[in-house]
Amino acid sequence: MALIEIKNVKKLYTSGEDTVEALRGVDISIEAGEFITIMGQSGSGKSTLLSVLGGMNHPTTGEVEMAGVKLYQLPGEKLADFRAQNLGFVFQSFHLIPYLTALENVMLPLAIVKMKSSEKIDAAKCALERVGLGGKLDRLPNQLSGGEQERVAIARAIVNNPHILLADEPTGNLDSKTSEEVMALFRELNDAGQTVVMVTHNPENGAYSDRTISLRDGMVLEQA
Amino acid sequence: MQLHNISINNLKRRKAKMAFLTIGLTVGIATIVTLVTLTRSMSSDIERKMDEFGANILITPQSNGLAMNYGGISLGGVTFDQREILESDLAKIKTIKNNKNVSAVSPKVLGGITVNNHDVLLVGVHFESELKMKQWWKVFGSEPKEDHDLLLGTDAAKVLNVSPGDKLTIKGESFSVAGVLDQTGSQDDSLVFASLSKAQKMLGKEGKITLAEVAALCSGCPIGDMVTQIAEKIPDAKVSAIQQVVEGRLKALDQFKRFSYAMAGVVVFIGSLIVFVTMMGSVNERTTEIGVFRAIGFRKSHIMRIILFEAALVSLLAGFLGYAFGLGGAKLALPFMAESKNAHLILDTTVAFGSIGLALTLGLLASLYPALHASKMDPTEALRAL
Repeated sequence: MALIEIKNVKKLYTSGEDTVEALRGVDISIEAGEFITIMGQSGSGKSTLLSVLGGMNHPTTGEVEMAGVKLYQLPGEKLADFRAQNLGFVFQSFHLIPYLTALENVMLPLAIVKMKSSEKIDAAKCALERVGLGGKLDRLPNQLSGGEQERVAIARAIVNNPHILLADEPTGNLDSKTSEEVMALFRELNDAGQTVVMVTHNPENGAYSDRTISLRDGMVLEQA
Repeated sequence: MQLHNISINNLKRRKAKMAFLTIGLTVGIATIVTLVTLTRSMSSDIERKMDEFGANILITPQSNGLAMNYGGISLGGVTFDQREILESDLAKIKTIKNNKNVSAVSPKVLGGITVNNHDVLLVGVHFESELKMKQWWKVFGSEPKEDHDLLLGTDAAKVLNVSPGDKLTIKGESFSVAGVLDQTGSQDDSLVFASLSKAQKMLGKEGKITLAEVAALCSGCPIGDMVTQIAEKIPDAKVSAIQQVVEGRLKALDQFKRFSYAMAGVVVFIGSLIVFVTMMGSVNERTTEIGVFRAIGFRKSHIMRIILFEAALVSLLAGFLGYAFGLGGAKLALPFMAESKNAHLILDTTVAFGSIGLALTLGLLASLYPALHASKMDPTEALRAL
């Protein structure tokens, strides 16, 4: 059975009398350990798809099943718990917390986990070392370069060993050299067994993934 | 890393904003502490002053007579079955339950005598307690100390044509006019005061008194209770509270307290608004941050805890500072506000704990809506990127 099953997902946004169909019946299946890039032009629905996949955006119709759990049937705050335990997010603008050091930013997902403080520190250090920032634990985000901030964001996303790593345009704010380094890092994580789903508009990023899903006007155009 | 680390780090980063919030709340709490402490200190001062300024309990003999006077004009009275109070009975006042509240007991014996062919009313008093009770008396000459000293009201001195240092002979006994009272505008102006024992002897009322005035310090006791307690101890006497004094005092204090509490209410309201606006602004500024928290799996309750913990820390700090500054303000203001120069500041643990508790409650209540607002943020909306 696939790790992620997206079945006939539709998402409508209503604003006044206007209704926009962001997703028009999307069916996708993702296996554990896959590296998927979702590509499409602006307005194609790729970001909406990622937020639906991340348990943050209820689809209008359809189902999202992840590791055997129907996400949007989870009651109350169980969905938040599911995100905390199973998903890792890397955001386009990094979204690091400016008043926390690199180490503290990486420890953030562990703030709500019952663990010894020393274990949290060890896990965060380990994650930072994996992304090559073992020597910059105490730097604040504004003391790091764009590429380094992206790496901290990736370390934060993997610190709780999520089943799936979701990334939204992770190279959108980086120069080409740094973008290559970041993509290589995602590849490396995937090689180590991490399932990665990445939204990108950069066709070059597709080369790092196992499969590319192209979206247009809220529908899957092709999977290759 | 715990949730409170996030709160503490955020407070450290937003120093200016949090300092503004702390100062706003501190000013509010300090104002309340100053007002409450001043009110209490001034109340105590006024009470003490008013207690000192005259009697508030009157002990007279039981009688079936009706007084016949109006506006200071006496038409005599129909009195029969007049009993008298024994001077020795007054010692029983010291044995009542609220005896600590008895500030002064001033026994008096009254009787008419003829001096230099003028009929005057002789009042026998314990000069020490009388002078303590009637601090508004201004004595020209010296205060009477000896048994043969007299104190005359201003009108009595004019009629008898004497001044301090002169001699007067009453019933063949020579007395010295120690002092003359300045005009009081009361019945005291026409009286001749002598020592109690001498007056009793001259009036043939040894060991007896006509009435006694009691000054009770009533900050912690109901005057009615003391009246009952004295009446039980001296059953032959009629004990009554001078209602005008008691009620006047209570009304004045009550008005002052109400004014202070109204002022405190306004300050509390303004303080709440400052906290609310600042916390709401802080939450709105942190939209993205809260979106990240929600996206990585923080529950709504986690977000609320972060916001409310911040509010609690700031409020506690404001509570401590507000209490300290409030006391300082009260100490500075008291000499200008109180009637007497030796009024002292009342330090009360209730005010200390109350101000810190109030700051905490105020901070948390005013931050509740911003915290709820933050916890309900849609992570997708908050991040806008996803």
